[in-house]
Amino acid sequence: MAVSGTKTPVAGPQGDPNSLQASIKDAAMAAFLAGVLGFFFIGIRTDIAPGGLDLKMRWGAWIISILIVFAGRLLLNLFVYKTRRPVTRNLSIGLSGSESRLAQAGKVLKWGLFAFALILPFFFTTFFPGRDRQFIDLAILIMTYIMLGWGLNIVVGLAGLLDLGYVAFYAVGAYSFALLAQYLDFGFWLALPLAGLLAATWGVILGFPVLRLRGDYLAIVTLAFGEIIRVVLLNWYEFTKGPDGISGIPKPTFFGLELKRGEGGFADFFGIAYDPIQRFIFLYYIIFILALITNFVTMRLRRLPIGRAWEALREDEIACRSLGINTRNTKLTAFAIGAMFGGFAGSFFATRQGFISPESFTFLESAIILAIVVLGGLGSQIGVVIAAVVMIGGIEMLRNLGFLQQVFGSGFDPVQYRMLIFGLAMVLIMVWKPRGLISTREPSAVLKEKKRIGADMVAQGEGH
Amino acid sequence: MSTRTDTLLSVRGVETYYGKIVALRGVDLDVHRGEIVTMIGANGAGKSTLMMTICGQPQARNGQIIYDGQDITLMPTHEIVSRGIAQSPEGRRIFPRMTVLENLQMGAALVDPSLFDEDLAKVFKLFPRLKERINQRGGTLSGGEQQMLAIARALMSRPKLLLLDEPSLGLAPLIVKQIFDAIRALNEEEGLTVFLVEQNAFHALKLAHRGYVMVNGNITMSGTGAELLKREEVRAAYLEGGRH
Amino acid sequence: MKTATKVKTTGDATPNWDADPVLSVEHLTMRFGGLVAVGDLCFNVGRGDITALIGPNGAGKTTVFNCVTGFYKPTEGRIVMRHGPGRQDDAVEAVTASGLKWQSTNAGGVFLLERMPDHEISHKAKVARTFQNIRLFGGMTVLENLLVAQHNPLMVASGFSLGGILGLPSYKRAQQEAIDKAVYWLERTHLVERADDPAADLPYGDQRRLEIARAMCIGPQLLCLDEPAAGLNPRESAELNQLLKYIRDEHNVSVLLIEHDMGVVMEISDHVVVLDYGVKIADGAADAVKSDPKVIAAYLGVDDEAEIDVPEIRKDVAKVAAESDGATAAGSKKASARKAPAKARKPAARKTKAAAPAADTAFAQPLMATGAKAPAKRGTAKASARSQEKTSAKAPEKARAPKTAKAKTGTTGPAKTAAAGGAAKSAAAATPAKAKPATRKPAAKPAPAEASEIKIANSGDYPGKQPHGTRKPRAGGGNNLTRIKGIGPANEKKLNTLGTWHFDQIAAWKKAEIEWVGAYLSFPGRIEREEWVKQAKVLARGGETAFSKRVDKGDVPTSVPGRRGAQPKKTTAKGGKA
Repeated sequence: MAVSGTKTPVAGPQGDPNSLQASIKDAAMAAFLAGVLGFFFIGIRTDIAPGGLDLKMRWGAWIISILIVFAGRLLLNLFVYKTRRPVTRNLSIGLSGSESRLAQAGKVLKWGLFAFALILPFFFTTFFPGRDRQFIDLAILIMTYIMLGWGLNIVVGLAGLLDLGYVAFYAVGAYSFALLAQYLDFGFWLALPLAGLLAATWGVILGFPVLRLRGDYLAIVTLAFGEIIRVVLLNWYEFTKGPDGISGIPKPTFFGLELKRGEGGFADFFGIAYDPIQRFIFLYYIIFILALITNFVTMRLRRLPIGRAWEALREDEIACRSLGINTRNTKLTAFAIGAMFGGFAGSFFATRQGFISPESFTFLESAIILAIVVLGGLGSQIGVVIAAVVMIGGIEMLRNLGFLQQVFGSGFDPVQYRMLIFGLAMVLIMVWKPRGLISTREPSAVLKEKKRIGADMVAQGEGH
Repeated sequence: MSTRTDTLLSVRGVETYYGKIVALRGVDLDVHRGEIVTMIGANGAGKSTLMMTICGQPQARNGQIIYDGQDITLMPTHEIVSRGIAQSPEGRRIFPRMTVLENLQMGAALVDPSLFDEDLAKVFKLFPRLKERINQRGGTLSGGEQQMLAIARALMSRPKLLLLDEPSLGLAPLIVKQIFDAIRALNEEEGLTVFLVEQNAFHALKLAHRGYVMVNGNITMSGTGAELLKREEVRAAYLEGGRH
Repeated sequence: MKTATKVKTTGDATPNWDADPVLSVEHLTMRFGGLVAVGDLCFNVGRGDITALIGPNGAGKTTVFNCVTGFYKPTEGRIVMRHGPGRQDDAVEAVTASGLKWQSTNAGGVFLLERMPDHEISHKAKVARTFQNIRLFGGMTVLENLLVAQHNPLMVASGFSLGGILGLPSYKRAQQEAIDKAVYWLERTHLVERADDPAADLPYGDQRRLEIARAMCIGPQLLCLDEPAAGLNPRESAELNQLLKYIRDEHNVSVLLIEHDMGVVMEISDHVVVLDYGVKIADGAADAVKSDPKVIAAYLGVDDEAEIDVPEIRKDVAKVAAESDGATAAGSKKASARKAPAKARKPAARKTKAAAPAADTAFAQPLMATGAKAPAKRGTAKASARSQEKTSAKAPEKARAPKTAKAKTGTTGPAKTAAAGGAAKSAAAATPAKAKPATRKPAAKPAPAEASEIKIANSGDYPGKQPHGTRKPRAGGGNNLTRIKGIGPANEKKLNTLGTWHFDQIAAWKKAEIEWVGAYLSFPGRIEREEWVKQAKVLARGGETAFSKRVDKGDVPTSVPGRRGAQPKKTTAKGGKA
């Protein structure tokens, strides 16, 4: 080989004689494996025939799949794995630059989204009068998840405590309001702070035993806690009506005015025509304001000593202790405040649905909320918004993709595939941006010049 | 392929980046078979980065690293290591929940198991302290003992090329001396090739056959250890004011 | 412990650390399962002192730190932190008896750290610490790191976040003050320019300083630093020394540090405590501890003689000189003369090696020649020894000075100095018994021949058997024992004191002798470890070891180049002096 003491020119992709040979060898190996595995899954088809199963060989499909694997692997080898200049490298170099641009875009987007959210109901009533109700309902749903995401972001993103049972606090909030309304005739506005308080209390109760744990153990125990709450709600029939759920949960009032048709209603009081959409618009603004409060408090807390202590805790707990920070209390406040916002969101959920049952608070909900936080970028508020819009909005959008039925046949229901698509999207985003969409961190105090901090610097805390 | 026996490791024009930040700006260096080569330089000069780049983590963006006649620039780390490069990384990356013995077994994972006892005895002779702690978990060792364990683990893999990143960091003077003596002995008796990154420039240059000085991702000087020790620039930057 | 506590208090009455301790560690024991990491340890940290805790790796230093800062709960013992002057013995006892964790008044306060959780130790008792493997908040900016350190006062100012959420002006003021304080420490540590960069981005040395700045931001009375100079280059270490002195002098903060860099320890420490295997082996002022043979054996390493032994040998020699009567005076002075070259040789040897390997061999030959035929030129030896004596004190300093200036004299030296050198050596050989280490008290008297000719008074105190020794080397002079790895000039001298002059004597040592010598020289186990006997056997046969080859080449600064003859030394240093 022409390696000598002097500088050797760097070999290009074709300069490496091993490259092609090795690539073909590797691709052949992959094709062989595909052949072996695919023989049973693709090559053989079983049909139900009279008198039993009928085996049918599908040689064509089998060979095509082998060829696809061979070609795909070969291309990957030649351009990514076995070359000196993989095309993905340029991609990743480009992306490291795009990080700051993305953050910049996030800033612009933030105000854009805020403005849009502010006028959203009227936008839809004006431009989509036919489907406004559906869209506003979707906006409410997305906004609920944004709020939940922001709440969980305090625990996972800032304090770095992986919580897989966040939905428990959502449930506590929802059931608090429902039960208070049912047994004590509380209205929404009175029950809302109580629900938050109760959820926070549960957060502390959960926190005490759990916060000694670290990492995976913490995650598992929070997961268990989430399930325990649901199972109790399910089985304590006398109190919660178990799987039957609680119905007839009162609607929120506008300073004592109900949003109903006729005498004494909102429309009647202001002398405007009643329209059922008014109730949706009202609900939308309630959750919008609740979410804004969540965001405002979180942003403020980040700049306060408690918020900095959370982030410091995520970075290095032992150092925190050496600086006189009571880590147990600090973790508990993170849990409690996160839980409180979950509780607010829960009682909103109850009033919006009018009916709740333990069905709504499964682990899947926790997973979705966590996925929103992780995809958005731990600790990033705007990231959560984008992720929530993409994920919740995206799933709903699948319902409207009628054209897919023309492609795949009338039996095709895209909604059936939503979890598949969901997972695929998640994998793609994580490959593209392993630390979430907005992964840079904004410092909470600045001396001269604000510089965003790259994701590779920022620790992820326990359980990641 | 291995007609050339002389140079074990040759680094040519290697550039390494962290994101957009340049860490190495075209580094050239050679390590010949049976040599102890040291790299000195200030903190943050890129010494450790070079060592990690040799091991493929991070990979060099430009340039070429040839080890034993093979281009390892873009090889994954595990393949590089399986070719006989052992590294004692900066920051003592031992397995904290494994015992000392288990850590050493991990080091010997790629070696013929029948040689294990012999190697173990050798390593314990070098670091009697580890023998005392054989069943203790790595994480419960003191900092200096962890450093010893990291070096011992690297030796257990019977490397052809040993990369040591600041082996003297956090060690008592007596132990530093033992480790440097041990490196010398391994080199003289078994012909082990050693590439050493050190802050302790005086001891490192005294030990090494040849040395390189790195400043800000560039190699600015090279020569035999003795030559470098004499150089005014080296003395001023890395030796004066310290103990030696 | 009992042996150690009495060790040394330099001269005047009670040292500061006993009179006005900011921290007292009393009978501290820490066990992990069956392992005793720290055993019944007592020491004090003086108010306004820089106290160094040194010892071999695994000696338990960091464990002590972790007990002091509350990261470990000690198995036994009391750790008292005092605010305010004096020992406050009454208050300490009162708090201990009361079962409280601490008691604080305007005048001062007493804190029993073993009763307090870690965060209270930092927050209330005002003990700050850093970590061996730097623990910064890497993803937070430098400024944020320093603000986190001021968490507790800021929490109060923010009304436990409620006032802060509402944006009360009092919190903004407090935050500004916190930033000012942070900037103050950033200026002290030269990090202001990097205030808005993430801490993980800083180079290693800056991170070390930032950790200290962060610890200072909690406003500590005691600052505990775990290996602050590890991984720093000499220049950075020097800066660190300045910083620590500044902290001590300007902020009246007491400093307790663990450090391996003896340059740092010896330069700035007022008080040094040495641990080995969890037990204190020495405690006292830096100079006193440095020359303690136990410390040298356990920690510093005897091979470092040329660098570290300097004051010991100087003192040693002075003492011997003072003890000697007229008849032996000349001899002992020669011993002193012999030592000075030992120190100055190092740079010279290195220089010659670097400059001219050819000159090196030429250099060694006349030496051997004179060494062989040198015996008894007392007159000249005496004269030269006296003149050397004056300069011997200066020699070590010279040895540390830049070496280039001496290069010329080094190479021209040999011819002129060889004769005197040889004479001095033979004179030293004539009175071996007097050249004994001062820290031990073995009286070397003429001994009955059946055991050893050298009689050590407390020979029976050591395990094993004293090896056979002769008062004089055989004809032709003793071997150059420094060709054995592990034996430097100081050890050679000690061995000569025992009547050991030749390789074959060492080669004949059995287990009992090895044990005895190991104990006598206070480094049990080292002879086996370094295989002196095996080396001696090879050398006695006239063979070579890898090490002896390096010695012969002059590559080993702590050994004496030259092969057979007795001690072919002196020459180079006199060259330097001339």
